[in-house]
Amino acid sequence: MDNSLKLHYEIPGDDFALAGEASSNVKKILTQLGVNPAIIKRVSIAMYEAEINAVIHANGGTAEVEIDSNKVTIIIKDEGPGIPDIELAMQEGYSTASEAVRELGFGAGMGLPNIKKYSDNFEIESIVGKGTTVKIEVWLKP
Amino acid sequence: MESYFHSVTLDEKKCKGCTNCIKRCPTEAIRVRKSKARIINERCIDCGECIRVCPYHAKKAITDSLDMIKSFKYKIALPAPALYGQFDTKYARNKILNGLKSLGFDDVFEVARGAEIVTYATRKLIEKGDYKKPLISSACPAVVRLIQVRFPSLIDNLVKIESPMEVSAILAKRKTMKLHHVSDDEIGVFFITPCAAKVTSIKAPYEKDKSAVDGAISIRDVYLRLLNNMDKSNESFELEISGAEGIKWASPGGEALGLGIDNYIAVDGIHNVIKIFEEIEKDRLKDVEFVEALACTGGCLGGPLTVENAYLAKSRLKKHIKDAAKVNDVIKMDSLTITAQKEMKNEINMDDLLLSDNGISFQWKENIKHRPIMKLDEDILKAIQKLDALEKINNNLPGLDCGACGAPSCRALAEDIVRGMADETDCIFKLRERVRQLALQMSELESKMPPVLDKEQANGDGE
Repeated sequence: MDNSLKLHYEIPGDDFALAGEASSNVKKILTQLGVNPAIIKRVSIAMYEAEINAVIHANGGTAEVEIDSNKVTIIIKDEGPGIPDIELAMQEGYSTASEAVRELGFGAGMGLPNIKKYSDNFEIESIVGKGTTVKIEVWLKP
Repeated sequence: MESYFHSVTLDEKKCKGCTNCIKRCPTEAIRVRKSKARIINERCIDCGECIRVCPYHAKKAITDSLDMIKSFKYKIALPAPALYGQFDTKYARNKILNGLKSLGFDDVFEVARGAEIVTYATRKLIEKGDYKKPLISSACPAVVRLIQVRFPSLIDNLVKIESPMEVSAILAKRKTMKLHHVSDDEIGVFFITPCAAKVTSIKAPYEKDKSAVDGAISIRDVYLRLLNNMDKSNESFELEISGAEGIKWASPGGEALGLGIDNYIAVDGIHNVIKIFEEIEKDRLKDVEFVEALACTGGCLGGPLTVENAYLAKSRLKKHIKDAAKVNDVIKMDSLTITAQKEMKNEINMDDLLLSDNGISFQWKENIKHRPIMKLDEDILKAIQKLDALEKINNNLPGLDCGACGAPSCRALAEDIVRGMADETDCIFKLRERVRQLALQMSELESKMPPVLDKEQANGDGE
């Protein structure tokens, strides 16, 4: 018997109306699993930020989510332009988002720092011209 | 097993078992079984959305009858500010209050007055700055219950100050005990309510053991008699005790307006409230200081137990606000503080309202608890398995969300199935599929004959 739940989501590109749907689904699922609300909040904010990043910078991507009794693992993958300097991108307030995106209230340069802040383990891999993969892990038990 | 009191109930005789209410319920608390709607008690937040959408008026709110006041020696009416919007503007506020008193009450205490005190206390809280942003108003009990069941991470954001109704009830009782030398249990305090959620918060409060209010009478039930009495009676006691700030609470944005800040959101309508709460949970409303959230569209003026159209009532309320502002000269924010202090006449130190344990305090007695109604199983491993099954069942359902199974959506049916409360064949499309399979099998079997009876075969062999 498989003791984990695997979920797959397509993240549509350039559609702000749909952005955040995957993280909202995951939030609903964690609620049904009876996970502590404070942990659900961390998972959903971290995943939401990563999802929005894929929408803004990479014309969408995919999200693979695996939930077992110990942790939630989220892998968000895109085939966008990639990040030339990850260290710089991790700095609070640093953003390459367009003016139009900022007007929508995104692109404050808090995306990656927030993902790191809210996850227990955070990994990022990026190849310029190929794309970016973000891995977020949050422990379900304190 | 915990028991739940709910004001919102079903009139079985009128219910046709249609799908209107199940689809509008914000907590998926209704299922249709045996052609009658069934409310799942643990989930219902008494928002009254189903009362509003039911075309057969089969959803109703349990309220107290006006006769109930007779069992008390001294009777006080606490009118919600929404009451003022129900009548033609030719009736001044004091006329309405006198009309209400003439229904058998000894006194009237405006809940708008309590609202002003809550405004004052909230402003103090904001000045102190020691709270989780954004602060969420706790004035609407349906919203507080929504947070309890669907947005537990926002419990800490709630303003933990008693509602204007509770504040008014406490003050009205104190005033009466002092002035008329009657004991606490001889005084009956009755809220004239625009909604069912308030009734529930009186009968089953979430922030303390017992409400200070003794009963709730709906605006609908007193409306006609009140209208008649206003035309008949010439009594004119001076019953107005609230300024404009308190009256404003009846319509959306009224509470927030009194706080003297700009960065607030005022949202009305339960489904709109849910959207704003989702934004807060995503950490997207960092610049917002205060969120006023009201379950009914049009705020309390749009309550399911009001009489008048919410938009018309709002227009009428404007006149009362204007009149109150003229009389009390409380257009300026700071005068609110002064009137509030004058009213209390040193009885309460307003600055201690938030802190004091001795004497009077309008702080919540206890914090509210998360009610995890969506949880599939106590054991997370079992919950994961159930969820896995739920997803598979959901993928196999037609996805039409037609409601014919009695659940609000295909996903809700899948959830009911894994909870053991429903069967896949409750879905009429699944049932049709199964019938078709059976029919195919039957027609296939129909063409087959046991060899001993097969005449064609027998004749054939005989030739």
